[in-house]
Amino acid sequence: MTLDQIKPGEQCRIKKLSAWDKLCQRLMDMGVYPGLRVKVIRNAPLEDPVEVELGGYFLSLRHDEAVFVEVDLL
Amino acid sequence: MNTQKCLVALAGQPNCGKSTVFNALTGASQHVANYPGVTVEKMYGAYRKHGTRVNVVDLPGTYSLTSYSLEERVARDFILRDKPSVVVNVMDASNLKRHLYLTFQLIEMDVPVVLNLNMMDVAERRGIEIDVARLAEMLGVSVAPTAIKRGKGKKNLLNIINEVGLSEKGKNTFTIDYGVMEAFLEEIEKLLADRGEADYPLRWLAVKLMEADDEVEKIVQQSGHDAVIIAVKQKRRAFEDEFDELPEQHIAYARYKAADIIADESVFVKKKDTVTLSDRIDRVVCHKIVGPLVLVGVVYALYHLSIVEGYKLTNYTWPLLARLKSLTAAVMPDPAFVTEPMIRSLALWFVDSVNALLNYIPIFFILFALIAILEDTGYMPRMAFLLDRLFKRFGLHGQSTLPMVLGGVFVGGCAVPAVMSTKGIPDERARFATLLIIPMLNCLAKIPLYILMINIYFADHKGIAMMFMATITLLMALPVAKILSMTLLKGRETAPFIMEMPPYHLPTLRGVLGRAVERIWLFLKKIVTIVAAVAIVIFVLMQFPGLSGDSKAHYAEEAEKAKAVFNKKIKDNPYAEHVRRDNIMALILYVDRYKKARAGIKDKEKAKVVDARFIEENEIFFKVIKPKGDKDAKKINKALKKLISARKKILRQIKAEKINNSFLGKIGRSLEPVTQWAGFNWRVNVALLSSFAAKESSVATLGAIYQSDEEGATLEKRMSETEKNFTPLHALALLLVMALFPPCIATVLTIKIQTGSVKWMMFSMAYQMLLGIVVASIVFTGGRLLGLSGLQAMALFFGMALTFTIAMGFVNPRHEYQ
Repeated sequence: MTLDQIKPGEQCRIKKLSAWDKLCQRLMDMGVYPGLRVKVIRNAPLEDPVEVELGGYFLSLRHDEAVFVEVDLL
Repeated sequence: MNTQKCLVALAGQPNCGKSTVFNALTGASQHVANYPGVTVEKMYGAYRKHGTRVNVVDLPGTYSLTSYSLEERVARDFILRDKPSVVVNVMDASNLKRHLYLTFQLIEMDVPVVLNLNMMDVAERRGIEIDVARLAEMLGVSVAPTAIKRGKGKKNLLNIINEVGLSEKGKNTFTIDYGVMEAFLEEIEKLLADRGEADYPLRWLAVKLMEADDEVEKIVQQSGHDAVIIAVKQKRRAFEDEFDELPEQHIAYARYKAADIIADESVFVKKKDTVTLSDRIDRVVCHKIVGPLVLVGVVYALYHLSIVEGYKLTNYTWPLLARLKSLTAAVMPDPAFVTEPMIRSLALWFVDSVNALLNYIPIFFILFALIAILEDTGYMPRMAFLLDRLFKRFGLHGQSTLPMVLGGVFVGGCAVPAVMSTKGIPDERARFATLLIIPMLNCLAKIPLYILMINIYFADHKGIAMMFMATITLLMALPVAKILSMTLLKGRETAPFIMEMPPYHLPTLRGVLGRAVERIWLFLKKIVTIVAAVAIVIFVLMQFPGLSGDSKAHYAEEAEKAKAVFNKKIKDNPYAEHVRRDNIMALILYVDRYKKARAGIKDKEKAKVVDARFIEENEIFFKVIKPKGDKDAKKINKALKKLISARKKILRQIKAEKINNSFLGKIGRSLEPVTQWAGFNWRVNVALLSSFAAKESSVATLGAIYQSDEEGATLEKRMSETEKNFTPLHALALLLVMALFPPCIATVLTIKIQTGSVKWMMFSMAYQMLLGIVVASIVFTGGRLLGLSGLQAMALFFGMALTFTIAMGFVNPRHEYQ
C-alpha cells in the first residue's frame, strides 16, 4: 500500500521510500523514514494535498508525492 | 582594549524561533543584504560582549543541508567559506528529536557548534523534560537552554557563545555511526587524504559524496580529483546492490536512528500529548467547507485593512506630501505670465512623480505588517494547503496565493509587495510563473483609468463592465502562467510540495513592526530612487523639443492681449495704481498662494489666522481678492478672474502643444500604424507610454492632452468631445491594454530584484507589452469585423477567455515524478 491510499483518520507505518533524488531527500529531510507511525489527518478541500501527522508534528504533501511512501495499514 | 572579533552564524530548522533569537542578540543593529549572486536575503547584525565585537549572521532556516534547495546551499556555503567562529544551532526544545537531524549535519561539517535549546517553556508546558547535561555530554558540544520569547536564558547563551568563540578550536568528538556504510566512507576518506585534500572536512566530503551531492561533486572535481568521483560512483552502486537501499536513504535513516538514541537518553515525556490547540484550530481553518470561507474572510480583511483603511490614512499623509510640493514650489523661481522656468517644471514634476509612490506608504505599511502577522502566526502554509490543487493546474503553487491576493486578484492590489512576497515559494518554476503574471492583475493604479473609460463608454452597464475587468485579468493570467511554465520555464528547478504545517504562534509586536519597517525601507531605497530617475527621462521626452519660435511669439501676443484687456478695465479704478501692469504677476501669484493656504481649512478661527497673514503681506491685494462691500475692489476682482482664466487657457494650450510636439508625442505617433489595429491614436499611445513611471499618470496625461475651453469640464466630458470617433469597442481595447500592458517601473525593478536577472526583467516587460497589444488588437479588429458592440465584444471575449482557461487547466504536462 502507499500513503496516498490511506484515508483520513486511518493510521499506518512507513515501510519504504521508493522515491529518489530530490523528492526522496526532501521526504527524509522533513522527517519521513521507515518505521515511523503516520496518521492521515485530512485532505484539502479540493482533495489534494493531504495532511499527515508523524511523531507529533504535521506535514502536508501532494498525493502524487505520497505515492512514493510505501506503508502498512495499522 | 580587547578588539577581538567573532563571527557567529545562527542555523536552525524553520519554526524554531531563530529570528526571535537573532532579534534578541542583535537588538536594533540589523541589516539586510543578499548573499552574493543569489536572491536569498542575508540578515546580519552585531553586538558587543566583554569588549569583543560579535557579528551575527542569521542563516536561512533549513531542514537539512543538501544541495537541492537554494537556501540550504547558501547556508552550507556560508559555513564552509566564511568559517564562523561559532555556529549556534537554534532548536525547538519541544521537538528535539527531529531538530537533531540538522545538528548532526552541522557537527559533521566540523565547525564549533553551540546548541541553543529554544522554546523550553513550550516543551515544559507539553510535559517534556530535557537532561541538558546528558545531551551536551553525548554530543560533545555546549548546550544553552533558553525561552527567548519569555526573555529567559539570553545571558547564559551569550556567555557560552563567547566561551566557545574565543577558545582554541577543538575537533568535534561526536560522530554518527553509519553502520555498514562506515567501510565505504573510510575508503573514500582515504582516497581524498591521499590526494592531499585539506580544504574541507574529509568525513563530511565522504558522506556527501555517498549522498551524490552535486555541489560537493563539483568541489571535488575542481580540486582535480576526478578519479575519486569515479570511484564513488562505483561504491554507490555497490552499496545499493548489496543492501538494497539508496546510500542517501541509509545516511538519513542512520541520522534518525542516532537522534532516537540521543533523545531516548536525554528527553523524557511525562504526559502523552493530547490534541494540541493548533490541531483544534486546523479542524476549522482547514475544514472542507469552513476553511475556504475563513480564507475568503482573511483575504477580505487583508484588502479592507490595507487598501480601504490604508487609503483613508493617505488622507492624513497626503497633505504632508502636498506640503513637500508647495515647499519645492516656494524655493523654485516664480513662473512668469505664460512661461515657466525649466528648473521649476522639472522640480515639480519630479516631486509629483515621487509623491505618487510615497502616497502608497501607509497602504504598504499596513500591508507589510499584515503579511508579517500571517507569516508569524503560521497561516501561510494553511493558505497553500487550501489552494494548492487549484493553482497547481496552472503551473503555480499553493504558496502563490498570497502574492496573487496582494497583486489584486480582483481589484485593488499592488504588484510591488506581491512580487516581493513570491520569495516564499520554494518551487522555482512556480515562483517565476507567479511573479511573471502578477503585473497582469488589477493593481490599484489601474483603477482610475478603468473608472474613467467605464464612465464614458459603458455608462449604462457600469457594474457589468467593472465585474468584467475584475475577473478577466485572472482569466488571462492563469493560462499565461500555464503556458510559461510549460515552455520558457520548463527547465527551471521545481521542488516537492511537502511542507510542514507548523503549530500556530502568537506574533510579537516587535517582529511584525520590525519587518514592516524593514520592507518599507527596502522599497524606498530600491524603488523610489529609480522611479525618480525614470520620471526625469519621461519629463525630458515630454518637454523637448518644446515650442517653436512662432508659437512662442503667438502665445506671448495672446498674453499681452489678455493683460491689455485687464488694464483697460481697471484704468480709472482707484486701486489701479497698486495693481499696475508690473504687479499683475505678483497679484496672480498672491491669489495662487492664498488659495493654496486656505485649501482644506474649514475652521473659522484658523481661516482668520491665514487671512491675517495675507493682509499683513499686502492689504490692497487682499482687498482685491475679498472686496466685501468695496465696489472698486469688486470691479478689479471681476477683471482679475477673467485674466486668470485667460491665462489658464493659454497655459493649457501651451501644454497641449508641447506634448503634441514632444519626443513622446512623436513616439506615440510613430506607433500609430501598429496600435491602429487596437484602435489607439497617438494621444492614447502617449498616455500609455507616460504610465511607465506610475500607472496613475496615464489619467493625468490624458487630462493634459484633452483640453477644453470650458472651465471645469470633467475629463470624461473633454475626452468624449475630443475623441468623437471613439466607440465602446475602442474603450474595451484600451481597458484590456491597460490591464495587461503598461509595466510600471517599480514592479519591473522588483522583478529584477526577485529574479536577480536583468534578462527576466526585460522579458517580463516585453511579453506584457506584446500580450497587451495583441489581445487589444484581436478584440478591436475582430469586434469591428464582426460588427459587435462594445458590450457584445466584452461578452464574447469573456466567454473565450473562460473556455481557454478551463481548457488550459486540463492540459496536463508530463507527470513530475514518472
